[in-house]
Amino acid sequence: MIVAERKPIDEIIGFVQDCKKILLVGCNECVTVCYAGGKKEVGILSSALKMAFSKEGKNLDVKEATLERQCDPEYVQQLSEYYDQYDAIVSMACGVGVQELAMRYLNKQVFPALNTNFMGASQGQGIWEERCQGCGECVLGRTGGICPIARCAKSLLNGPCGGSMNGKCEISKEVDCAWQLIIDRLTGLKQMHMLEEIFPVKDWSPAGHGGPRRMVREDLKS
Amino acid sequence: MRLTYPDSIRIIRLPCTGKIDVIHMMEAFRKGADGVYVAGCLEGECHYLAGNLRAKKRVEYTRKLLDEIGIGGGRLEMYGIAASDGPRFAEVAEEMHEKIKALGPSPIKGAIQKGVLL
Amino acid sequence: MKSGSTLERMLESGRFAVCAEAGPPKGSSPKVIQKKGEILKSCSDAVNVTDNQTAIVRASSISGCVLLKELGVEPVLQMVVRDRNRIGLQSDILGAVALGVRNVLCLSGDHQRFGNHPTAKGVYDIDSMQLIQMVKAMRDDHKFLNGEEVSGDIPLFIGAAANPFADPFEFRVTRLAKKVNAGADFIQTQGIFDTPKFVEWMKMVRDRGLHEKTHILAGLIPMKSVGMARYMRNNVPGLSVPKELVDRMADAKDPKEEGVKICLETIEQLKDVEGVHGVHIMAIAWEDIVPRIVEEAGLMPRPVV
Repeated sequence: MIVAERKPIDEIIGFVQDCKKILLVGCNECVTVCYAGGKKEVGILSSALKMAFSKEGKNLDVKEATLERQCDPEYVQQLSEYYDQYDAIVSMACGVGVQELAMRYLNKQVFPALNTNFMGASQGQGIWEERCQGCGECVLGRTGGICPIARCAKSLLNGPCGGSMNGKCEISKEVDCAWQLIIDRLTGLKQMHMLEEIFPVKDWSPAGHGGPRRMVREDLKS
Repeated sequence: MRLTYPDSIRIIRLPCTGKIDVIHMMEAFRKGADGVYVAGCLEGECHYLAGNLRAKKRVEYTRKLLDEIGIGGGRLEMYGIAASDGPRFAEVAEEMHEKIKALGPSPIKGAIQKGVLL
Repeated sequence: MKSGSTLERMLESGRFAVCAEAGPPKGSSPKVIQKKGEILKSCSDAVNVTDNQTAIVRASSISGCVLLKELGVEPVLQMVVRDRNRIGLQSDILGAVALGVRNVLCLSGDHQRFGNHPTAKGVYDIDSMQLIQMVKAMRDDHKFLNGEEVSGDIPLFIGAAANPFADPFEFRVTRLAKKVNAGADFIQTQGIFDTPKFVEWMKMVRDRGLHEKTHILAGLIPMKSVGMARYMRNNVPGLSVPKELVDRMADAKDPKEEGVKICLETIEQLKDVEGVHGVHIMAIAWEDIVPRIVEEAGLMPRPVV
């Protein structure tokens, strides 16, 4: 999932300080699962914003709406009947959702209430870890199913570097050395010979260094 | 035991403090409470094992949120009180009452009285 | 000869080589490198010029190499893949050769988080292994990474680093083999304090015949104080400083003397290890001690090859 967290309230207040009525839009997908921008968090932020405004003697009318998916025009469309009654839209989706709202409702300011952090997995209640960087050319088949691009601090393809100690990365004792994990796993699978070969230089263009990415499937196009 | 506690306190019953959510505490303040406290079982004594421990973390989170918006996290407390301990319940009620009295009305009280708050 | 460098000739003739290190300053004065060069000139065969070591911005490695060359000191250009992508690296290789550099050491580099610009984007477009391959292809095939032709020769003696003390221990030799296959002509190791572990590693190196395919220079870091010993033991990733050495430094009346003594003892042990073809002395902010260490290690005068 995409893992995100709420921005500091002050920053959000800064966006909407001149508004009287806002449309606060959550998303039912990733950000609900990571407790950042689902229906529940929309309610909490709404409550907090209203209180912050009334403390200043101002009134803020907040319309709460949580869409099935903010990354899908079909659902974003659902706001079209009433969005215009509001001074601004605040999105509690990931950066994708914010942009979908912004591109659909061109005459409204759209503000992000979250910081979008990474693509990751839950590692227990309240803990998430990065797992994928969307490099566009998956290497997991050669690395024992553990990604050196997302999980090695240097994204080394021929690691581990000289900083790997006791299974930990040189940047922090809290961070596992991805290459240690890869070696442990391939050793268990008796596939260590896979690491004898030098991993060739990677094409980073599908990873985003070649410009914004776009994908078209002719078989699905309407 | 004919114990008394301050009449400023309104009790909202929950099956377990584990049922409480951030939004409940926030809305209590938004609707005009000057202070809120969550009275749960003693730590280690939860009938649902960890309900009160979860509540404690949510209280902590809400306190930070209240600080962020200038209401003041000090207006929110969590107490562990044994279910059978009536005297302690009355004592905590008195303590919280005094604490909030010292802090004064919630910063949004004025707005509520002027009818600004929705 | 691949490069004709003094270091290459020294190693190819089977002599025990001595390398030293000079770090450029956080400033523009040429005097810092010149002073280090003068000290190291007669007691070493080549001097490494570090590349923004520990991710702290300093004068470029290439500029340091040129300043050393002007003094008649042979430089080893260190290159890390942290700050430049394949374009920048290849460009600097061409420029360095044009300026007379003949040795290059290919490294990953310390993560930018350790340095004085911790929010910088780390480039890591290619890794140290791929850098070795790239330089070798430029030298031997006259090809850039994209396959285009390099005009002119790239006579470089290619080096790489190895850390026998990092984990996982067994894989370290495999990774060394990969570096040798990629094209490493010589290897400079991490500073050695845990000699038994290094000896064990060297045995694994010999078992794979790697000592005959590359020249291994054993790294040494003279300790100046007990604080430095402790710092290296506790804070430097990839260094293994045994507690006994820290204790020796702590108990010593004259810690500097003790540091020199430890360094000389280590060199003495390393000389006997089959496959060790030289030493690489990294006297961090203590260049003045190198001539004495080389002298007392019985490695003076440096032969002329």
